[in-house]
Amino acid sequence: MNTTGEQLLRQLAPQVLAAVVRRYGNFGAAEDAVQEALAAAAFEWPRAGVPENPRAWLIQVAARKLTDQFRSESARRSRETKFVLTTPAEENVVPPPDEATVEQDDTLVLLFLCCHPALTRPSAIALTLRAVGGLTTAEIARAFLVPEATMAQRISRAKQSIKSSGLGFVLPPPEQRNASLSAVLHVLYLIFNEGYATSSGSTHQRLDLSSEAIRLARAAHELLPNDGEVSGLLALMLLTDARRDARSGPNGEIIPLDEQDRSLWNQTAIAEGVELVTNAMKRGTVGSYLLQAAIAAVHDEAPRVEDTDFAQIAALYEELLRISDNPMVRLNHAVAVAMVRGPAAGLALLDGLARDPRIKDHYRLAAVRAHLCERAGEIPLALSYYQAAAEKTASIPERNYLCMKIARLRDN
Amino acid sequence: MKFMLMMHAPRGTGEYQILSWKPEEFRAHIQFMKDLNRELREAGELVGAEGLAPPGQARIVRSHGDGPPEVTDGPFAESKEFLVGYWIVDVENAERAHAIAGKASTAPGPGGKPLGIKIEVRQVMSGPPDSL
Repeated sequence: MNTTGEQLLRQLAPQVLAAVVRRYGNFGAAEDAVQEALAAAAFEWPRAGVPENPRAWLIQVAARKLTDQFRSESARRSRETKFVLTTPAEENVVPPPDEATVEQDDTLVLLFLCCHPALTRPSAIALTLRAVGGLTTAEIARAFLVPEATMAQRISRAKQSIKSSGLGFVLPPPEQRNASLSAVLHVLYLIFNEGYATSSGSTHQRLDLSSEAIRLARAAHELLPNDGEVSGLLALMLLTDARRDARSGPNGEIIPLDEQDRSLWNQTAIAEGVELVTNAMKRGTVGSYLLQAAIAAVHDEAPRVEDTDFAQIAALYEELLRISDNPMVRLNHAVAVAMVRGPAAGLALLDGLARDPRIKDHYRLAAVRAHLCERAGEIPLALSYYQAAAEKTASIPERNYLCMKIARLRDN
Repeated sequence: MKFMLMMHAPRGTGEYQILSWKPEEFRAHIQFMKDLNRELREAGELVGAEGLAPPGQARIVRSHGDGPPEVTDGPFAESKEFLVGYWIVDVENAERAHAIAGKASTAPGPGGKPLGIKIEVRQVMSGPPDSL
């Protein structure tokens, strides 16, 4: 199937699933039926042409699969009569294609359900990619480099958890709305991060998780256009992804922000991200995704690294620290301060972090310390911190980058 | 996050000499491993698991690029232990990997007693950066 066809299917997947769940209730069974309908469309449409109302076609096929499923089960347990009796006749017909608002709410409910805090994060990620993202289990498995059977189990366990926790197909009540939304945003953020961290080297045959995350965040933004954090997350992804072509070399080696060829940055994505940040900032309440996006925007708007407004970046990190005392934010803040007031000021801020159990053994702390020592001319100290960082990181590109740093420093 | 769980057994001590176990002890041990693997598969966490042939069959292969590679049955790193099998699991965090290793460690040996097998847990590289 061509890319447009695939895109159409992925876009329709959550709407179709939501419509089927709303009608028949059973999330797990509906999800299987929709996957079968998507597979049927991928097979049928290229030869017979895309139907006039593709969404209705998919809903109808999924409903038929679901009925078949119920029927074959009921052969043993005579569930068929019960099914027929409990389903009002009017619910067995396909709805008119103009139920736009209902459809939108449905996709949102689906997103809340797939990212429910009752699920483990790996389960929520897998289920979101499949049910909302419309990806196949095989595609998701390849993206995470695990066997397909493992991913299939993860998805089926996720569906099982939804079933056993008795979550209904309704929007979370207003008082839980914020917690639910932040769970959704966290899952999307993790998907993006996974793609960002692994999208180097010989991974081009893998599904691009960063683009999937952007697509999902865009969908969430369309559903909740006035939510600052949703705008912020989408902007953060766009502004980070804009540097994709510049941030690694031909062998997947890391090129840090200050050494990147900025002519390779995607200006369209930057413009979109900056606009999202600007509009959301005007609306008031500023959350942590929006602040992170604002920081990314300041970096992206500087034509050269020396043009970067590091004072503003430091101030934005201070805002972030006011929202939550996160040691990683504290670390980044120290880097920005070092850019404004020199490496000694940055190093002084790191001393407190060295006692924080959440970060004291993290490779990033050692890497930042090494970098600041190097800038301060303390080469032997820098070398020992780079070494400590290289021994602690679990990322191969990071380790290679740090080893290269050590080699260069020794050379000089 | 992916982790490799490596099961080490001491060389040449009685309770690890599987050949000297009673059939039911051996069966219980194998059943335990099968159950554990099924559990991990059903949890959507198993990436792969294998048991390794005894170290007597191990070979060292080495090549310096000049001529065919050398294949010898040693020298091996001096150690009192050898690798008998491994799992690769994809789990939410390190604690979960430790819990799985903890369970694997209790595989039964002679008399159905937990062997207390030593399991080395190592993170597989190139996972996403650890988020805090």
